[in-house]
Order: sequence, then structure tokens, then C-alpha cells
Amino acid sequence: MKTQNIMIVGVGGQGSLLASKLLGRLLLTKGYDIKVSEVHGMSQRGGSVVTYVRFGDKVYSPVIDKGEADYIVSFELLEAARWTEYLKPNGKLVANTQQINPMPVITGAAQYPDNLAEKMKAAGIDVDAFDALSLAEQAGSTKAVNIVLMGHLSRSFDFTLEEWMEAIEKSVPPKFLELNKKAFMLGREA
Amino acid sequence: MKQLMLGNEAVARGLYEAGCAFVSSYPGTPSTEITEAIAKYSEVYAEWAPNEKVAMESAFGASLAGKRSFCGMKHVGLNVAADPLFTIAYTGVNAGMVIGVADDAGMHSSQNEQDSRHYARAAKIPMLEPADSAEAIEFARLAYDLSEQFDTPVLLKMCTRVSHSQSVVECGERVEAVKEYVKNPAKYIMMPGNAKKRHPVVEARTRALTEWAETAAINRVEDGSDHSRGIITSSTAYQYVKEVCGDRYPVLKLGMIWPMPEKKIRDFADSVDEVIVVEELESFIEAHCNALGVAVTGKAIFPVIDEFSQNLVAEKLGMAAPAAGAKVADAIPPRPPVMCAGCPHRGLFYTLAKNKITVLGDIGCYTLGAVAPLAAVDSVICMGASVSGAHGFVKALEGKADGKTVAVIGDSTFMHSGITGLVNVAYNESNATIIIVDNSITGMTGHQQNPTTGMNLKGDPCTKIDLETLCRAVGIRRVRVVDPYDLEQTETAIKEELAAQEPSVIISRRPCALLKYVKHNKPVTVDNDKCRSCKLCMKIGCPAISMADGKASIDNTLCTGCGVCTQLCHFGALNMAKEDC
Ligand SMILES: Cc1ncc(C[n+]2csc(CCOP(=O)(O)OP(=O)(O)O)c2C)c(N)n1
Repeated sequence: MKTQNIMIVGVGGQGSLLASKLLGRLLLTKGYDIKVSEVHGMSQRGGSVVTYVRFGDKVYSPVIDKGEADYIVSFELLEAARWTEYLKPNGKLVANTQQINPMPVITGAAQYPDNLAEKMKAAGIDVDAFDALSLAEQAGSTKAVNIVLMGHLSRSFDFTLEEWMEAIEKSVPPKFLELNKKAFMLGREA
Repeated sequence: MKQLMLGNEAVARGLYEAGCAFVSSYPGTPSTEITEAIAKYSEVYAEWAPNEKVAMESAFGASLAGKRSFCGMKHVGLNVAADPLFTIAYTGVNAGMVIGVADDAGMHSSQNEQDSRHYARAAKIPMLEPADSAEAIEFARLAYDLSEQFDTPVLLKMCTRVSHSQSVVECGERVEAVKEYVKNPAKYIMMPGNAKKRHPVVEARTRALTEWAETAAINRVEDGSDHSRGIITSSTAYQYVKEVCGDRYPVLKLGMIWPMPEKKIRDFADSVDEVIVVEELESFIEAHCNALGVAVTGKAIFPVIDEFSQNLVAEKLGMAAPAAGAKVADAIPPRPPVMCAGCPHRGLFYTLAKNKITVLGDIGCYTLGAVAPLAAVDSVICMGASVSGAHGFVKALEGKADGKTVAVIGDSTFMHSGITGLVNVAYNESNATIIIVDNSITGMTGHQQNPTTGMNLKGDPCTKIDLETLCRAVGIRRVRVVDPYDLEQTETAIKEELAAQEPSVIISRRPCALLKYVKHNKPVTVDNDKCRSCKLCMKIGCPAISMADGKASIDNTLCTGCGVCTQLCHFGALNMAKEDC
């Protein structure tokens, strides 16, 4: 199988590491060669963060480059817009509509562009934007936004619901399992 | 069983399987998880040392005693440990000793982009360089065999993309390996008479290792269908080459990057029309090929700056790379890292900036005090440089900088290399004020314990070094503690200590807001009627505060109720939530 490329982007501290852990667990049970790359350290202090998930028969590079991503899953709208050049021509962007102001916007040195979802669509990007934060709240915690997004992404893959659920069970602590399963389903049905 | 494993965890697994029994490291991105992961194996003694030099010397002691040992650090950490490195190269080891070092091409979390391969050549120590997690396990095990077979410490070189990528591995079993300690002054006491006899041993060892490199399986040729070109590469650059070229061109992948083979490189070059060297950072393989008289192309086309990627390699090799996807026309503002909401460092830097004080800074989360709007820092060099730098600054200006200059250094950084600087301040009597920002943890690298926290790497309570006592013991008479959440108290202390005609230490003490045991208050509330839109609260650069419809607005998901902003507001618009008052 040709290597498939998924990027998970967001703001440091938003929980993208759990999302990639979940994907890794799932893909491993399917027997793929996998690479999952993330940067720890400085950028996790509220900076722009990106995780690369690649799977196929044989994966060499740990990163995804411009024009290579089949999917970008974004936790935040500005971050989605930052990375769209990494999408393939027929790639798809799954984006949480939440907006978090970066420090240059907070201090007034820069502007948060308006109507980003519409502008991305107008640029020809396949954008699937929805309010994952509210769904996470509905599931019981804003922290579950990562699983809501994974639930939404799951619609684009052939893996069965059982396979996803099994991966969730292996990735989250038992006391948060029900909450995360609910979050996943809300995302999947959104 | 196949599993997905982080490169650094795979190193730890390899060390474990090889019977490593002693680990002493100092944290540093991207190397930290090696030591965190190995601490989970009960068979292995593992500790955080106060710095890399101590870690390496401790690992040497354990090797001498007969236990396979390891020390881990980031690239700049090897500078700190360079002194023991160059002489352990002479003594060699008893039980195997492996030194893990992780480079950071692209400077994701570092202050420079140095290439630690140079240390292998300079110190005459073999260096292995894995390209993924499976190799990390294999090479860690091999490193111990080489260490004992050739009587040398072995460098295991990681980099951000190998350290922080998960890939598929299969684990093996642990094999214990213990040696007896036998006194051997000629080998282990490096005074001139002995060292003179050891130097020829080191040179002979490099020749023997070069021989080994000629046939080693980890220096492998992968043949290709098109011999018009051959590529010599290693580490993550190898992955980009394979991603782009597949099996088209023959590849010589070097798993041992020092010493490098000679005949193998010559034979490879003879089998192809032209040789291209693809390596991140400096010309190292290329320089070696040049020294052998083998014509190669490397840094003439590839950059010495920043990390590589598959598109960069494709472009430089003149091969097809995918076109970039679409983007919106708007400028996308950058999102640099920021001090967290509730960070205890914030109140201190606000106070320093407000009083226009020159700040010799240091490395840690508090380096972010340099970022707008606080912009309170004047210099950042390396760990410890704040204290010694402030001493030099104050001395050089012969009194003119007194009362206006401070050093700011974290608790872990102070333990790492601030103490000797403070001894100099006391001994040579500069009128410097040193501020230790004690957030009770090593924050920047992801919450490691250190000598001031009272806990060790394994999570057990242990001796807690008392900062106040320590500072007094080195000769500082004026030592005081402030709470940086209390702006008035902080400002008073800074003014008084700067005014004093002798060196002083202020300990700005408040645990990191991200620590699990730290209780947060309810979010600060905004009284819209009282807010006059003066934006004074925006001056502290708190990510939880923004302006919405002309009024201050608090992000309740981020605010920890630290209350620093409430002390700034002249109009009583920002308030602590009632229950907490
Ligand atoms: C020689 C060296 N070793 C390790 C590092 C990695 N590093 C950067 S900051 C830091 C520690 C910061 O801890 P602390 O001083 O307690 O400040 P905090 O981040 O908690 O504010 C470390 C280990 C480095 N930059 N240089």
C-alpha cells in the first residue's frame, strides 16, 4: 500500500499527543509499518505544534512535507490555515472551529484573519470544519476535543468501529473511558 | 511482539537488554525520555545528576566498578561533559560505558545547532548513529559490545527526528553483564607518565575500529538499479534519501559515523559514476571522504543550516517533489511558545521590565521572559551564564551598572552551573543581584526532579538541597525569599537588594502552575462596567487575557486565578473569584 499521511496540528497543550497515540495503536493492529513523529519541548509551551502520522507497507521519512498530506486534523483554525500547503491536491482538512489567539495577536502586533474556514474553501481546499469543542463539552470535558476530532476523522477510513474502540480502550485511563467513547461517537456522527 | 516505540524509549530498551545497570543523566530536549524510560526498569539504577559532567563522571565510576553504565544528554550537554570525555577516551572502560547525545538540527528546543559528531573525532571515541527505533535498540546493545571489545566509551548519537519518532520494534530479553574491578593505576590514573603511554593505545584503537568498520553490518550498502550515482548517508538523512530515491541509487548507510571505513567508501565510490553525501548539519562524512581523496559532492548542494526533509533532498538531487497545496492569502501570524497562564515567572519579569533593569538571562521556561510584551531579558547564552555574566557586566562598568543589573536563573539551572558563578560573585565581590526563580521543578524539559525538589528520578523522597543555606554558605550575606505572585513584595525586594552595597540573592519561589499538586484558584472575573480598556493587564503577556469588544476578557479554560493581573488593574475591574479571597 502506498504510504498514507495524516498531520495533526494545534496549539501546544491541546492534547494532540493522545490523538497520535490512538492512531498509532489502531494502525499497529492492522499490521502496517508506521512512523509517528512529534516534537517535545519548547513548542509545547503554547506554541504551534504538529504531529506526523505515516503508515503503509514501508515508511522511511518520519515527517510529512508540503503537498504530501492525505489528511490534516486541526485543533484550532489558525493552525489549520498555517499548514494547508502540506495537503495533497485531493487531501482533506478536518478542523475544529475553535480560535485561540497567539501572543502577537494578543499584544496587537498581528491580526487573527477573519472567516478562515470560508477563505480556505474559496482557495479550493476540502475543508470539513465543525465545533469539536462544544461536542467535547457535551461528552463531559473540553479535554476530549482530541477524541472528538479522531471520531470525525474515523469516517474517512475503512476501519471498523470496534477497531477504533479497542484502540481507545488501550490509549486512555479506565476512568475516562466512557467519556472518551462518547466524545468519539459525537465526533463520528457530527 | 511488534510495538510502536519512541526512539528514545528504544534506546532505553536497548540499554536495558544489554544489561545496563547504572544510569546518570541530565535532562535536555531531545534526549530526556531515554533516562525517563530506563528509570522504569527496576533492574537499573537511574538518577538525574545536577549536570552532564557529573553524570558522565558518575557513569565512568560505575563502569570502573564493573557495571555497564550510561549517561544521556543533549548536544550542548556534551560541551559541559567534554572534560571527562576526552580523558575517559584514554583510560577506556572496565564494564561497557555508553554516552547518549541528541542533536537538534532545526533548533526545535535549543540555543545552537552544533554537530556532536565532531566530538567523536576530536575525542577519538566511536560513535553509532541509529536511523529509527529498531536501530536504536540494536545499536544500544551493540554499543556495549564494542565498548568492552575495544576498551572505549561509545557515543550513541540521536537527533530530534529519531529521538521523537515512534516506529515499529521488537524487543528482546535482558542479559546481565558484570565485571570485577581490578586496580590498574597505569590505565586509570591519567597523569602525564601514564597518559603518554595511553595515547598510543588510543591511536591503535582507532585503527582497529576502522578495520571493524570495514566489515560491520551496520555500515551497509543497499544496491540500486542506477549506478550513475551513489549516495553516502546516515541517520534521519538516510530516511529522506530512501523516501525520495527508493531503490534507484546505491546507498552506503553508515551506522557507525566514527571512525569511518576507508576501503568500503573507496569501493562504493568505484562502483558508481558520482558520489553524493547527504548529511544534516556539518560536512563530516564529506570531510572524511575528501581526506581519503574520494571525490564527493555534499555541502556544495546541501545546506549546513536547519534540518532536512524529503522535499529538500528531492530538490537538491534534482528529482520530483510534490507541489505545495493551496493556502489563504491572509498573513498567518506566528504562534511562538509563551509562558503559561499562572506561570510564577511572569510577575517577576513584569517587575524587572517595569523598573528597566538589565537582565542577564539563562536557560529554562524563564527564557520566555525575553518575549514581547515582557521583553525583560538582555542576554541568554548557556546554562549558568546569567550569574557569571552579571558578575562580569557589573565589574566591567565599575559601579555604573550597580543597582540596575540582575541575573535570573532557574532552580535546576542554578544547581547545574550557577553555583560556581555565585562563588565567583562572592569571592571577587561584585555588587550583583542574583535572582533564582525557584518553581520547584525542571520545567522546560517537561518536569524532571532536581536537587532542590526533594524527590529523585525514581519518584522517591530524598535529600533536598536548601537554596538559602547554600547561598549563605558560599558567602552571600543578603539572601531573601519572595512570592512572585505578590507584585508589591517582589518589587520591594528587588529595589532593596539592588540598592544594597554588596552581592545579594533573591529567591523567587512559587511552584510551576502545571505541577499536579498545585491547586488552581477559580478564574479571575471581569467587571465590564469598571474596565476602562486601558490594556494595562495586557502588559504581562498572559495567554488567558485578551480584549473582547474593547474590554478585558479572561479565558476560563486557561486562567489559574494566580491574581497577578488583578494587582495591575487600577480600576478594580479584575477580581479574584469570591470563594478564594
Ligand atoms: C548544558 C545544557 N543542558 C541541558 C539543557 C536543556 N535545558 C534547557 S533549560 C533546562 C532546565 C530548566 O530548568 P529550571 O532552571 O529549573 O527552569 P524552569 O524551566 O523550571 O523555569 C534544561 C535542562 C541545556 N540547554 N543546556
